[in-house]
Amino acid sequence: MTGQPRTAAADVVVLGGGMAGLVAAVRLAEAGLRVVTVAKGHGSLRLSPATIDILGYGPGRVDSPAQALPGFAEAHPGHPYAVVSPAAVAMSVQWLKEHVDTYSYVGDPSANMLLPTAIGVPRPSAVAPETMAGGDVRTAGPMAIAGLGVFKDFHPALAAENLQAATAAYGRPVQARPVLLDLPSAGQPDFGAVGLARRFEDAAFRSQVAAELRAAVHGEETIGMPAVLGMDQARSAWTELQQATGRPVFEIPTAVPPSVPGMRLASALHARLRRAGGRFVLGAEAVGPQLSNGTLTGVRISSAARVAPRMCRWVVLATGGLASGGIEVEVSGAASERALGLPVHGPGPGDAGFLPGYWDDHPMETAGLRVDSRLRPVGPGGEPVYPNVYAAGAVIGGARPWREKSGDGISLSTGYLAADAILEEAG
Amino acid sequence: MTAEQEFDFIRDSLDHCVKCTICETACPVAAVTPLFPGPKYVGPQAERFRGAGQSVDASLDYCSSCGICTLACPQGVHVAEINSRARAVMKQQHGMPLRDQLIARPPLQGKLGTPVAPVANFVLSNRLARLVAEKTLGIHRNAPVPKFAGRTFRSWARRQPAPASAGTRRVAYFHGCSTNYFEPGLGRKAVAVLAHNGCQVVLPRQGCCGLPLQSNGIFDAARGYVRRLVAGLAPYAKQGYTIVATSTSCGLMLKREAREILGVEDDDLRAVSSQTYDICEFLAGLAEAGELQTDFRPVPLTVTYHAPCQQQGHNIGKPALDLLALVPQLKVIELDRTCCGIAGTYGLKREKYDIAMQVGSGLFGDIRAARPDLAVCDSETCRWQITHGTGRTSVHPVEILHRAYGLG
Ligand SMILES: Cc1cc2nc3c(=O)[nH]c(=O)nc-3n(C[C@H](O)[C@H](O)[C@H](O)COP(=O)(O)OP(=O)(O)OC[C@H]3O[C@@H](n4cnc5c(N)ncnc54)[C@H](O)[C@@H]3O)c2cc1C
Repeated sequence: MTGQPRTAAADVVVLGGGMAGLVAAVRLAEAGLRVVTVAKGHGSLRLSPATIDILGYGPGRVDSPAQALPGFAEAHPGHPYAVVSPAAVAMSVQWLKEHVDTYSYVGDPSANMLLPTAIGVPRPSAVAPETMAGGDVRTAGPMAIAGLGVFKDFHPALAAENLQAATAAYGRPVQARPVLLDLPSAGQPDFGAVGLARRFEDAAFRSQVAAELRAAVHGEETIGMPAVLGMDQARSAWTELQQATGRPVFEIPTAVPPSVPGMRLASALHARLRRAGGRFVLGAEAVGPQLSNGTLTGVRISSAARVAPRMCRWVVLATGGLASGGIEVEVSGAASERALGLPVHGPGPGDAGFLPGYWDDHPMETAGLRVDSRLRPVGPGGEPVYPNVYAAGAVIGGARPWREKSGDGISLSTGYLAADAILEEAG
Repeated sequence: MTAEQEFDFIRDSLDHCVKCTICETACPVAAVTPLFPGPKYVGPQAERFRGAGQSVDASLDYCSSCGICTLACPQGVHVAEINSRARAVMKQQHGMPLRDQLIARPPLQGKLGTPVAPVANFVLSNRLARLVAEKTLGIHRNAPVPKFAGRTFRSWARRQPAPASAGTRRVAYFHGCSTNYFEPGLGRKAVAVLAHNGCQVVLPRQGCCGLPLQSNGIFDAARGYVRRLVAGLAPYAKQGYTIVATSTSCGLMLKREAREILGVEDDDLRAVSSQTYDICEFLAGLAEAGELQTDFRPVPLTVTYHAPCQQQGHNIGKPALDLLALVPQLKVIELDRTCCGIAGTYGLKREKYDIAMQVGSGLFGDIRAARPDLAVCDSETCRWQITHGTGRTSVHPVEILHRAYGLG
């Protein structure tokens, strides 16, 4: 249907422009449906490392998400992974790999890599950009962690020291030593991650960095660098640095936002969406369902001057969790869903949403929608509230992505499956 | 909500800032110059120190007011609006260049230039005169300035019989200054396209919306302009006319900037805001309802489409794409750039011209690479900037529809 006249309303309105919303929107648009994505603002993709963490802890460290998922789902009946099968997770990963042109994503749900973070903690991730995979401490040899003096958001000494200690504790110590490169700052006192990534798009700058690296790095070392090696041209920047230094190079996601790999992934998905003829409306907010005799026929959208309905046959609700305002905590202490007013499974008015200790299992953490086996949000009786509304991503409750390292895996797989369910119905 | 409360609502939104820096990654100005540290720094962060009207940060002046930060913010912080208001205070305290007073008043330019259009256009295209203007006024010698049409849109419209239309949709056309003085042809085509779609089109008395004054920080005068405009449009809005605008930035002034930046709040403005539509938004709405005339002839051209920053501020996506998709044989290339750099009057200024051209360079490159027959764009100053940056003719989407309808 792409490219054909659009005289009628949309088939699908996708609410939310994060990982879950974008994945659903791209799939639906590529299948020929008319898709309008409405997002209040950019999603958390641009802040997160853009590794696909499927399951890192459950609660013990997970070596193979594929093997761990069935048991995990059984032990957590209210969890999104109780609805998403391991096969669906694998299919969604495969789909993502085929849809990112910037560079390759490597790895799969059968095994977690252990990728160094900016504070030197190895983090279990099943799937990651090829630029990061070389840091996998399960196999890596000695490392030189290189920082840039003009970039204050990455501290090579901190990363290297912690990495040595942490890998020793894991039983496979990795040698890591810090290196600080001294690079011209082009009249600027310092750079943020994005500014630096833009400089890496410049070949002259890259060869300066390569020269510094050659001088600083020893024979057998793998070079770890902050994940700022270029934006759209990350693959060539990374390849060129490896060639020029003769050493493997890997990227470490930075701890302070924004996230350059997250921006790369967001921009790759947006490009796909445009190519498939999908529409994206930024800065508009869903404020309620458009109903006709109890049937949902569209979504009420607030734009610059008015609230008006966008009519559609299906809705994908991917408005995120507490961090993005998809779920909000009312003054009363109760959690609510903002876009369609769906019932939230979580603390009610007067319930204790939060416990005294920072690391406690706060009930509010898992607040979100309950969904049926087709990802339709359900009411207290387990019945779908609307037969044509599907939920995806962090708006679905029951997970603790921060502890489990499961956030992007849940968003990817549920976004993929929500699109599946609609495509099945569209025939 | 009173104006006072709305003002607080804008400023207080800074408490929602979680310092995620998404606005910084989206800002087209910070991407090209260290002179502007970015919307988060000069916005929600610096605002905390401004307190009792103190200006703490002169780099604010390098904000182009494109508004992309507000759009991108996931937490609902009105970054651009906070910055625009702070700049007005700063310019009040530090003095207003004569240049900013001049370029912010299109009606004044229009009234002076129109009767002597050949002379005015000669002066504007004369290198020596432009050099003098740069030295004395600070208007960059190469900045894209439009040509006076000589005959205004309104003087044409006065002599026209009301366009025959069988329909019953009542539309009040808000043409804005640039259509009146510089691009009267766009106004004629817009009226014809509306009439073709069954609209009875009237032309209310209207002047400048005050947007250039507002973006130059001259708020009192801007409020006067917008109040006068709204007074002229409100009777139509209250009678149920839809107000349709071809200038996407001036339409945005009526929709929300008058309230959110200038703090104007009254019944008239409310009535006008809620009835104001960008012309592509209006026509796409007809299309969505299955009520748009689709007797389009083939237009075998390749065009690029750039949605200007101010158009994105309407939060309506890109309705022009849905309309252009209806035209047979028209090949449309959607561009993915946020801003052309000009941002109204920003890129005219001597000290900002280079920044504006750098902001636009990505867009210019994409257009040149696409080698389109025409570069389509909704905003007049952006069209002039695009032509300046690429040498390509740039037109409003309605001009394509006009051609496809075979209206002349
Ligand atoms: C700093 C940071 C680091 C992270 N690190 C990791 C990590 O290492 N590993 C991991 O697996 N996960 C991580 N995550 C979590 C992961 O990013 C999220 O769990 C997941 O991406 C959520 O995706 P989503 O699409 O469901 O929601 P989001 O990305 O939150 O997107 C929600 C979208 O909905 C929009 N929206 C909200 N309300 C409305 C409305 N009413 N109308 C219209 N639009 C609306 C928002 O503007 C946004 O576009 C991290 C998150 C953050 C913020």
